[in-house]
Amino acid sequence: MKPLELADDALIAAQRLSEWVSRAPTLEEDVALANIALDQLGAARLWLQGLGDEDQLAYLRSDFEFRNCLLVELPLGGYRGELDFGWTVAWLLFLSAAQSLRYKDLAGSDAVAAKAVKESAYHLDHATQWTIRLGDGTEESRRRIQAAIDEYWPYTHELTEGVRERWLSIVEPVLARATLTQPGEDGWKPSGGREGRHTEHLSYLLAEMQSLHRAHPGAPW
Amino acid sequence: MTTEPLWEVFVRPRRGLSHTHVGSLHAPDEVMALRHARDLYTRRQEGVSIWVVPAGAITASSPDEKDSFFDPAGDKVYRHPTFYELPEGVQHL
Repeated sequence: MKPLELADDALIAAQRLSEWVSRAPTLEEDVALANIALDQLGAARLWLQGLGDEDQLAYLRSDFEFRNCLLVELPLGGYRGELDFGWTVAWLLFLSAAQSLRYKDLAGSDAVAAKAVKESAYHLDHATQWTIRLGDGTEESRRRIQAAIDEYWPYTHELTEGVRERWLSIVEPVLARATLTQPGEDGWKPSGGREGRHTEHLSYLLAEMQSLHRAHPGAPW
Repeated sequence: MTTEPLWEVFVRPRRGLSHTHVGSLHAPDEVMALRHARDLYTRRQEGVSIWVVPAGAITASSPDEKDSFFDPAGDKVYRHPTFYELPEGVQHL
C-alpha cells in the first residue's frame, strides 16, 4: 500500500471514531475509543508529514482526492448512521485486523508502521474482546453486531486487498468464538476508494473535519 | 447509569516497588477491567504492571472503628525508631 492510502485510512478512521468522544456507553469506553482515535490520528499525521504539508493534505483536499478505502468512511451505525456501539466494534475489528497485518509487513522499512504496529495490536485486541462479548452477549447486542458485520462485510474486500487470506485467519476465529455468522460471498465487492471514488458519507465527514480550517485558514489552538 | 461491576485498580510504577491503589473503574469482567485500567491509569507510562480486583472482594476497616483501630498507636512513641544516637557517617537514614 502507498503511504497516502495508509495515511488516509488512518485519518478518516480517526475522524469517524472521534464522533464517540463524550458519547460512549461508559466513561471507560469513551477513553478507550478516544485513545484509539488518537493513535490513528498520530499515524496519519506522521505519514502526511512525510508526503508534504499535513494541513494542506488533511484540510484542503476534496473528497475525490482522498485515497482511503470505503470502509473507514462508512457511518458507525445502521439507521441514518446513528452511532451504534455494536457497529463500531465490528468496524474496528475489520479495520484493525487489516491494519495490524499491513503495519507488520511494513515495520522493517517504514518507521511510522514500526511505531503503529503495537498500537494496532491493541486496537485489534480491544475490538476482539468486545466482539466476543457482544456476539455472545444478549439477544440485542448480538442482533446489532451481526447486522453490522453483514453490512460491512462486502467492503472488507477493498480493505484487505492482497492480505485477505491472512485477514480471514484473524477474523474468522473471532467471529466463531463470538458465535456470530460469517457472511457468505454474493460477489458484491464495492471499491473505488483508492481511485478517489467515494460514498456520499465521506463528503459529510470532510465537511465537518475541514470546515474550521477552510473558514479560518491556519487557525491554531 | 452503568450496571457493570466495580473494580479497584492497583499499578506498580516500576520494578521493585509495590502495587499501589490508583482508583477504580466499571467493567463487565476482569479481562475488560484490565484493558480499561491500561487506558485510564497508565496513559503516561505510570506503570509496568496492573492488578484489578473486584471491589466487593476487598474487606475494609470501618470508619466507626477508627478510634479503636488507630488511636492507640498515637501515644506509643517508643514504636518509632527515634531513641538511637546515629553514629557519625551513617547515611540514608
